[in-house]
Amino acid sequence: MAFLQNSLKSLLLLEIAQGMALTFSYMFRKRVTVNYPYEKGPLSPRFRGEHALRRYPNGEERCIACKLCEAVCPALAITIEAEARDDGSRRTTRYDIDMTKCIYCGLCQEACPVDAIVEGPNFEFATESREELYYDKAKLLANGERWEREIAANITADAPYR
Amino acid sequence: MAEFWSVYLLPGIIILAQILAIVVPLLVAVAMLTYAERKVMGAMHLRMGPNVVGPFGLLQPFADGAKLFFKETVFPTRANKVVFVVAPMLTFLLSLVAWAVIPFDDGMVVADINVGILYLFAISSLGVYGIVMAGWASNSKYPFLGALRSAAQMVSYEVSIGFVMITVLLCVGSLNVSDVVRAQAEGVWFFIPLFPMFIIFFVSTLAETNRHPFDLPEAEAEIVAGYQVEYSSMTFALFFLGEYANMILMSGLTTILFLGGWLPPLDIAPFNWIPGPLWFFAKMLALLFVFIWVRATLPRYRYDQLMRLGWKVFLPFSLFWVALTAGVLVAFDLVPQT
Repeated sequence: MAFLQNSLKSLLLLEIAQGMALTFSYMFRKRVTVNYPYEKGPLSPRFRGEHALRRYPNGEERCIACKLCEAVCPALAITIEAEARDDGSRRTTRYDIDMTKCIYCGLCQEACPVDAIVEGPNFEFATESREELYYDKAKLLANGERWEREIAANITADAPYR
Repeated sequence: MAEFWSVYLLPGIIILAQILAIVVPLLVAVAMLTYAERKVMGAMHLRMGPNVVGPFGLLQPFADGAKLFFKETVFPTRANKVVFVVAPMLTFLLSLVAWAVIPFDDGMVVADINVGILYLFAISSLGVYGIVMAGWASNSKYPFLGALRSAAQMVSYEVSIGFVMITVLLCVGSLNVSDVVRAQAEGVWFFIPLFPMFIIFFVSTLAETNRHPFDLPEAEAEIVAGYQVEYSSMTFALFFLGEYANMILMSGLTTILFLGGWLPPLDIAPFNWIPGPLWFFAKMLALLFVFIWVRATLPRYRYDQLMRLGWKVFLPFSLFWVALTAGVLVAFDLVPQT
């Protein structure tokens, strides 16, 4: 009996008809495509994208060259050199991130005691050459200026959970 | 001079115009079919499909064609150059010449020969040569495997296609393609009395055109792209055009054999206002949609399953139906008299 049933089922192409009906019904469902350059998906405030060095509202750099980020970086992507400035405060003279080494783990921003180094919401920083991805301090500070509004909003949004 | 004009030149020009009137729309249809395939499959996968080039991406196939046209044709060092070049041309040519006997309306056919069905069958059988030549001339492993698969597959499924055609011809009593449609004008369309044969024929055409789920000659996952591996630029484009033109041809053939060609579904007022060729194209479009639909639905067959289906299911089944149809026709004295 089971043999007869199975043979009849395959002979009448029942399962194929079911499958075809399913794909046909899918044709009229809503597309899930995000039309990327024109539409973008939502980003979490914790999104870890391109790095930025922030400044205080009065324009002073936040980074105090404690080198915690350099120490914690598992990919050894961060290089920092520091000296005392003329006014005696300790500041970095060099702050490089090799973006080709970085694994975007976010440990640097977690380690930072003054919220200086952060990973912003920008993920569209593809370049045409490798050299452009070796970020120096000027580039990171420029990022900080460019993304400050979004970064500050993200930090505020995430503050209750930290 | 006047004789030269009226006997040779004028008919030649008329035939050339007829050929162009078929081939040019056919090539545009092939381009639009590739677009339709990507759109429909995209919709079934909940994707968008091409939507950037032109309105709704309608110019995408032409952009692809232009890209292929400007690419370099690469000849493998160890390839047999002549056969390597001839193979795609042959595939393309064969997919075009078959259109000579396809009637778009009553009397609207380039060559109204009375062995039209045999001609179509012969042309579609020759189609395998392009692929076998390509696989052989490439002198490379994957193309060769693809060609072997293709040869075995096409031969297997042609047998059942042949039997299906015989059943239809038993009901028609003529080998003329237009007569096949005219026979359906008097009675019902053949897909109703011969429904199982219709299904078998359609599945066999899927195998014959190397379409999913029988696209083993170019199975990407196993043999990269089969016989097309070594081809680039226009040689590849010719294979592509030939393959899709074959799909259109096969759906045209199915329309003629089973779906009543240019006939409207009912010979009453709103339906027979629409001209015959439009009905023909509409039926072909519906079949082409099923080609794409099947591709979006079914996974690829394994090779032994393909062979088992061809030889152990389709062959005996179609043979049985040939005998049954012939028996019924004789028993109820329905044999067509011509």
